[in-house]
Amino acid sequence: MNNPQLDADGNLKHLLSIEGLPKRILNQILDTAESFVGVAEREVKKVPLLRGKTVCNLFFENSTRTRTTFEIAAKRLSADVISLNVSTSSQSKGETILDTVDNLIAMHADMFVVRHGQSGAAHLIAKHVPAHIHVVNAGDGRHSHPTQGLLDVFTIRKYKPELHNLRIAIVGDVLHSRVARSEIHALTTLGVPEIRVIAPKTLLPTQVEKLGVHVFHDMEQGLKDVDVVMMLRLQNERMSGAMLPSSQEYFKTYGLTQDKLKLAKPDAIVMHPGPMNRGVEIDSTVADGKQSVILPQVTYGIAIRMAVMAILAGGNSSTSSPAGAAA
Amino acid sequence: MKIHIKNGHLIDPKNNINDKLDVFIAAGKIVAIGKAPDGFVANHTIDATHLTICPGLVDLSARLREPGDEYKARLLSELQAAVAGGVTSLACPPDTDPVLDEPGLVEMLKHRTKQQGLAHVYPLGALTRQLEGKALSEMNELHAAGCVGFSQANVAITDTQVLWRAMEYAATFGFTLYLHAEEPFLAANGVAHDGEVATRLGLKGIPSAAEALALATILRIAQETKAKIHISRLSTAEGVDMIRKAKQQGLNISCDVSANHLHLTEHDIAYFDANCHLKPPLRTQRDKDALRAGLMDGTIDSICSDHTPVDDDAKQAPFAEAEVGATGLELLLPLTLKWAVEEKLNLLQAMRLITQAPANVLGIVAGELSPNSDADLCIFDANEYWKVCPQALKSQGKNTPFTGLELAGKVKYTLVHGQIVYQQPH
Amino acid sequence: MAKNHSNVTVSELPSAEELLKVLAQKITPLLQENTALVGIHSGGVWLLERLLVLLQDPIQKYHIEHGTLDVSFYRDDYSQRGLKAENRPSQISFEVENKHIILIDDVFYTGRTTRAAMNELFDYGRPASISLAALVDRGGRELPIAPQVVAANITLEASQRLQLIQLADESLALALNQHDSART
Repeated sequence: MNNPQLDADGNLKHLLSIEGLPKRILNQILDTAESFVGVAEREVKKVPLLRGKTVCNLFFENSTRTRTTFEIAAKRLSADVISLNVSTSSQSKGETILDTVDNLIAMHADMFVVRHGQSGAAHLIAKHVPAHIHVVNAGDGRHSHPTQGLLDVFTIRKYKPELHNLRIAIVGDVLHSRVARSEIHALTTLGVPEIRVIAPKTLLPTQVEKLGVHVFHDMEQGLKDVDVVMMLRLQNERMSGAMLPSSQEYFKTYGLTQDKLKLAKPDAIVMHPGPMNRGVEIDSTVADGKQSVILPQVTYGIAIRMAVMAILAGGNSSTSSPAGAAA
Repeated sequence: MKIHIKNGHLIDPKNNINDKLDVFIAAGKIVAIGKAPDGFVANHTIDATHLTICPGLVDLSARLREPGDEYKARLLSELQAAVAGGVTSLACPPDTDPVLDEPGLVEMLKHRTKQQGLAHVYPLGALTRQLEGKALSEMNELHAAGCVGFSQANVAITDTQVLWRAMEYAATFGFTLYLHAEEPFLAANGVAHDGEVATRLGLKGIPSAAEALALATILRIAQETKAKIHISRLSTAEGVDMIRKAKQQGLNISCDVSANHLHLTEHDIAYFDANCHLKPPLRTQRDKDALRAGLMDGTIDSICSDHTPVDDDAKQAPFAEAEVGATGLELLLPLTLKWAVEEKLNLLQAMRLITQAPANVLGIVAGELSPNSDADLCIFDANEYWKVCPQALKSQGKNTPFTGLELAGKVKYTLVHGQIVYQQPH
Repeated sequence: MAKNHSNVTVSELPSAEELLKVLAQKITPLLQENTALVGIHSGGVWLLERLLVLLQDPIQKYHIEHGTLDVSFYRDDYSQRGLKAENRPSQISFEVENKHIILIDDVFYTGRTTRAAMNELFDYGRPASISLAALVDRGGRELPIAPQVVAANITLEASQRLQLIQLADESLALALNQHDSART
């Protein structure tokens, strides 16, 4: 089976998942993002890379935050940006996902940024679009959220450059988390030697250890001597019911407090993909504390998304270059 | 019409024939095997040199999508697909729209399929009204209208009281119950085997335990009620073990596996291939091996196509939203042959599982070429390869996980009642 | 060894180290108050680093600032060639507004790199003036842009590629090779 994310020369064609991407590509994205971090500090926060290109944010699942960061990233690359919340328009009229995509292709969209509640939606669209169009997965069901995974490793690299020496804990609802899956794949590919997941059994998927992680059910044991604590968001609808008895009990057992954080290394950093549930998965004193890098994550998220879009939109040499025809 | 099929290799599991023998047909019946009867003058001769002659295939589950879902498939297209695949008798589950829970609907279906003069159709009636698992259907009436057994299709009966009564009532009249073993609460919203692949792809899983739990319930109640049970589409190693033990204990039970599950595992989902969205889900290599072993030792009685044509639009959706099912009537023979070659089985053993054995399960006279039986048969080239692709399929459903694969086993002729209903175009 | 049909051969190339001294001399008169030196990656940055030493005195005297540019994000051939796998952040830590900027590049060719560098500079602010100092002008300009300061003029054919390279001992040298793809 061919990797749908890479073209015949092994270059990035779509960004659908971290899984299956070689270390070379991950590093290319991270290094390119490094150059984009500075762009935001200039008087003109823009580079002309995607001038004349149309980026279409196709959000079948609402997320103001993710949509906004993709919009800013595309605009800083000088692209024209259209954002559609499809859940509220055509889907209710019986139009299929691919109908919606075809309509936007007819309007000459060059890139789709897709978020959907179902795993595999971005793959479906990537399989459908013509070769010159690129697809970026902005989150599909429980499957993948590759730019979030990349911005998380980018943030870690900024504070803890020696990735091959790190011990990292991911805490919370791994079962439903596309963020956790993306983080795990990114960290393993980049050679982080020890990745832990800490959660009750109801919030861990079957055979999660096959993803290359160590499983802990106890915060005291799991946080011991880690360099990075990555907290996951707990969705409201899962705070009480058959998954968990209550958000209070969850906070007591798995919420990150200053006391629990003391078990990690003294210079450990705390991360969260946002939006946070203060007092459920994380205590405010930790979220706003000096070990927290939650806001830098947001800043770096824009640079990562710029890097991904810049690499994708410029990677058309096989389709648009006349070099082959001239030979 | 008198037909002489000459120079072919005859396989008839029922009569244990595996030999180069001619077949003679008159007035829709087999009149002789081997030597022509006195005074037989054929008005049509089929040269079957290098070809295999076998009883028409019997399929325990093929959805024809009528009534109700004609945009997915139509009777004519699917019955043409059946005979193109060498299938001359098939049972269809009751999950049509409306559900097959009224004698009038069954009579209509029987009548309409008979009119086509292609494969014989044996409907399975709904076990409970609307398949809701609450009130029993009129089993005797439905039987009189043509139902050969009663099924819940993919819908579980959650109320064990109702399941118990349904088995008791069916056992009273000797009807067979066709049940899928899947515990509905554990399987709720599940779309793939709960294992490594579902975890990786973020798909909601259906644990193997869902099959084991449902089986335990069904087997225990069957033991009490002495009902005759057929388990449809077994999928797990544990399930195979449970059936094996139940048979050893003398329960009146049979079961089948779909040709898909004999060849595929969860890993074939690859990058969300919606063609692999099947019910029950594709499971692990270990489960696949156990299903194959179950067929070899007789625990599993038959292989079926589980033909479930789905229109293209319904598959063009994210994995979980893509409709369940795959086309299968035209793949039953080649997939069975492929399995037989891989397991080093001879043709006689393999063909039994798609002719005589399913006919026994259904309690119909079919799947044999005894003198005086109906001349329903199939002539195929076991060594001719063909590529699975939409153009090669008669079925209106073009979706299958095997698309693009080259399979051996090409049907050349299919006869029903001594009439050539399919001949491979030249 | 690549075939070489041009009127210049490797043996005829001048020493980059000698040219660097010439360049430093020629830049000196341009240095004044409110001036900044900006090297263009990669060759221009190496030259800048050397010039900071060679021109130490006037640089201290006039408080001359410096920075680097990687013009990858501003190139006009991005849609054909994509983004290079390697690119470094531009570093302009001083106020560009109203500065006299001297851009430093190794080889001046079509003028497209200079255009990209000017566009990028303007995204940092509005400079008082921009001049260009190049080690070599190899001919072949495609835009109305010319260097104010050049250490040498060497005319080359389109198929030849002239590059500044940094050797293991950090000394600089010119390298010439043949290539058939598009201009860079």
